[in-house]
Amino acid sequence: MSKARSSVARSGFVHLALGGYTLLALFPIFLVVANSFKARAGIFSAPLQLPNATTFSLIGYQTVLKQGDFLGYFQNSLIVTILSIFLVLLFGAMAAFALSEYRFRGNTMMGLYLALGIMIPIRLGTVAILQGMVATGLVNTLTALILVYTAQGLPLAVFILSEFMRQVSADLKNAGRVDGLSEYTIFFRLVLPLVRPAMATVAVFTMIPIWNDLWFPLILAPSEATKTVTLGAQMFIGQYVTNWNAVLSTLSLAILPVLILYLIFSRQLIRGITAGAVK
Amino acid sequence: MSALTLQNVTKRFGSTDVIRGVDLEVAEGEFVVFVGPSGCGKSTLLRIIAGLEDQTSGHVTIAGKNVDVTPPAKRGIAMVFQSYALYPHLTVKGNMGLALKQEGVEKSEIERRIASAAKMLHLDTLLGRRPSELSGGQRQRVAIGRAIVRQPKLFLFDEPLSNLDAALRVNTRIEIANLHRLLGATMIYVTHDQVEAMTLADKIVVLSAGKIEQVGRPIDLYNKPANLFVAGFIGSPKMNFLTGAAATKLGAETIGIRPEHVRVVPTGGNWEGKVSHLEKLGSDTFVYVAVEGADMVTVRIVGQEDFEIGSTIGLSADEGHIHRFGKDGRAL
Repeated sequence: MSKARSSVARSGFVHLALGGYTLLALFPIFLVVANSFKARAGIFSAPLQLPNATTFSLIGYQTVLKQGDFLGYFQNSLIVTILSIFLVLLFGAMAAFALSEYRFRGNTMMGLYLALGIMIPIRLGTVAILQGMVATGLVNTLTALILVYTAQGLPLAVFILSEFMRQVSADLKNAGRVDGLSEYTIFFRLVLPLVRPAMATVAVFTMIPIWNDLWFPLILAPSEATKTVTLGAQMFIGQYVTNWNAVLSTLSLAILPVLILYLIFSRQLIRGITAGAVK
Repeated sequence: MSALTLQNVTKRFGSTDVIRGVDLEVAEGEFVVFVGPSGCGKSTLLRIIAGLEDQTSGHVTIAGKNVDVTPPAKRGIAMVFQSYALYPHLTVKGNMGLALKQEGVEKSEIERRIASAAKMLHLDTLLGRRPSELSGGQRQRVAIGRAIVRQPKLFLFDEPLSNLDAALRVNTRIEIANLHRLLGATMIYVTHDQVEAMTLADKIVVLSAGKIEQVGRPIDLYNKPANLFVAGFIGSPKMNFLTGAAATKLGAETIGIRPEHVRVVPTGGNWEGKVSHLEKLGSDTFVYVAVEGADMVTVRIVGQEDFEIGSTIGLSADEGHIHRFGKDGRAL
């Protein structure tokens, strides 16, 4: 009896904590989205209020759509994010497969070396990266961003995926070898589908920092043609005057694509359980 | 012609010797079982034969052809794994046909072979299903079917029954024995279960710590174990070992008597001891007797008997049933 009651109390506390955290996390987003639909006076006089008849205004969104090439910025952000995720997943999974599957000299050291990138922020190398990009003529191209983000995402991807690949049944891979499948077929057809949930996790972890990054677009690709959304939003932030309507509208819009990507990946997270392969 | 020859095969992982010089000859059509405690290297040896692991030294010859550097798919083998290892994204039919497709066998021939294997294993109605929709026993039959369709020179089984429950294990064991009779193919079968070894094998290879302890027909291994290890490993319950005065009297370091060869006599007899535990199985009664100067002695009596725990009984055995072992553990 007492056990059941205490578990109700405990789960109540858990829900309270989780609910509280959810509110805390959602509050800034609520603030951004709510204020993006208000006129300037409304934002400053009552920032916590929902837009009402007098304060409602679409001026922010109109400014965004009129000024600058925001569709282009969105496109740039999407191209950079999606290609980077693709490359991170592809190369990360390949490296993880090699590390977990093959015995070779220096395997552990290689794994540690690749994991080092998790602890050392890539921004420390910004100057060298910029010099390299200038030397190779990649400044102001999306390629520069994709390369940097791929490098940034790989360490975590290798770390997580190699852990998961170790759990894939050795018998299954060996069955493939006995049946004459190439190592590539074994990797793409047998192993990758089984680590799909892990791939989705890595994709989400990789995606968010890339989408939100301001640093590298500002330094490596600040030209009009290669601006990303976060960089584009900066043009409304001035030293003396900031167009808050436009900034908030841009940020509200910027949430949408990444939200859609997240939903796609989280579906994979749930669907990725491939039962019945072994046991 | 011999179906498989191993010449002085060794395997090291780092600084540990897993296989320490194995020589073996397997005749065509033979059912050979590798048996031994876990960690004895039996699975590693099978993987070396399959080509999934490279031997450190020595040679492997399959059907007269040296395969030291041949990849697994080209060795003319098929393997059944402990965890079935079916391809989750393919149907039963796809699982069985994949290897043939890789070999470039004609489509009509693939169909024919799948159909005949499916009939043999009663999988006809399951061909369209995926592995996740099958029960454990069905999955193992698909795995066996996947091996059959390749018509290999050598079947390799890696503990295929250990994931099945007891009843299914007996059935599948009989199926595998029938299959061997039907196909007449050479089979190598790895298990740690000595019942499987005794019932299936034409020839048992007992391994311990990476070395072959004895090779022989199951009954020969049972009747004439070459050393203490084989004597203790083959047979259930385990053989009783006695050392000290009882053994010296017979001119040996250790003597061994199987539980079924020990007789209970009222008093006197060769040895005396106290009954410490009784197991009644219905068909048999196992009596555990604490004998002075020895470990527990197990007595197997056919039928149902009763003894009082703590009572003293006499034990005796015919000299003809006593195995004698020397100082080095070898049979005398």
